[in-house]
Amino acid sequence: MHQVESVQPEPAAEVAPAKLGRAIVLTSGKGGVGKTTTTANLGTALARRGSRVALIDADVGLRNLDIVLGLESRVTHHLLDVLEDRVTVDDALIGDKHTENLFLLAAAQSREKDDVETAKMQALVAALRERFDYVLIDCPAGIELGFRNAVAGADEAIVICTPEVSAVRDVDRVVGLLGNRFRPQLVINRLRPQLVKKGKMLSVEDVNAILRLPLLGVIADEPEIIVTTNRGEPLALRKENATGAAYHAIAARLAGEDVPPPMPPAVKPTLLERIGSLVGRRRS
Amino acid sequence: MIEFLKRLFGHQGSSATAKERLRLVLMTDHLELAPEMIETMKRELVDVISRHVEVDRDRIEVNFERQDRTLALLANIPILSVNRPNGKVAPAAAPERPKAETSKKSAAVSNGETKPPRKRRRRKKSQTTASQPA
Repeated sequence: MHQVESVQPEPAAEVAPAKLGRAIVLTSGKGGVGKTTTTANLGTALARRGSRVALIDADVGLRNLDIVLGLESRVTHHLLDVLEDRVTVDDALIGDKHTENLFLLAAAQSREKDDVETAKMQALVAALRERFDYVLIDCPAGIELGFRNAVAGADEAIVICTPEVSAVRDVDRVVGLLGNRFRPQLVINRLRPQLVKKGKMLSVEDVNAILRLPLLGVIADEPEIIVTTNRGEPLALRKENATGAAYHAIAARLAGEDVPPPMPPAVKPTLLERIGSLVGRRRS
Repeated sequence: MIEFLKRLFGHQGSSATAKERLRLVLMTDHLELAPEMIETMKRELVDVISRHVEVDRDRIEVNFERQDRTLALLANIPILSVNRPNGKVAPAAAPERPKAETSKKSAAVSNGETKPPRKRRRRKKSQTTASQPA
């Protein structure tokens, strides 16, 4: 006996068959804020939760997701090979070497973003959604055709923002371009709690007072990210690392799990502050 | 003033400056990206004013001006004539002036700026979101 009618009204975007996976574009407008690193780590975290995950590097001409995942030597076919029907999607999908159920569709390196046909990209993402629980699309920087193609097949968006004026401004613009359809959620990346505490960096609250988006997660500016990227091993492989765990928290939240709201990483109080709090003096 | 002192004593980091600059720049960005909204607003503004005085619709100027810490709406709306004086003393507006710069029921400008009454028909402070305590 299966239920015929849904009890509560569903938003229009979710009328599709229940089994269909979620297609999420990771975007930011500005370059260098950590879209690719976030895609790699979030994909790893989602797959380690047991979901089937496909990552699409939509940054045609500037392929990078493969090297961040340590898969650069395994790329034989790429996105445009699939879009232009030279190979099947299965030929082009590369299985991750650290994580089961995680697959990468690499970008074409020797082509340009304008070579991608929007309709074909949409069809590809639609096809992948039938086979994967999550399709994460790593969007190129900018708001031109490359952005539009990356966004075309997605039905949700995660916007990545660093606590910098330029990044916030660009995210604001991108969110304006995305409109309501993508229900964008925010990941604040490269936060430096020490600087925030000293009033030298925009805080999570500052950023989101401006952007006003559902906050999906906060990632600290963690030196280990550099080390793990050097090695091609996403930090999300290491759950014991606070930042690795932060990616897992994002994955859990994305999956609808009721995990505590994202908190900026803790800062140890300085000796002076500890004395201060003993005396009861208020510092801000 | 307090702000200045705070800054002087280094209590307020640069993040406050960042926040303030972002707030302003995003307001201007949003205006720039919504020309239809401005047109609609202009029209509605004129409609409201036209209920009381006759204005020269062809020579209306509406501009946004970035000032030190605020964004101001500056509208120059030439008045052609003032309708029914209603028995009461009409505000200091001379009817039938081609490009009347009537000093007006000025919506109390708080910022202590002493601009000449020139160009100030209406001024709206748009201080969105939480401004810091100052």
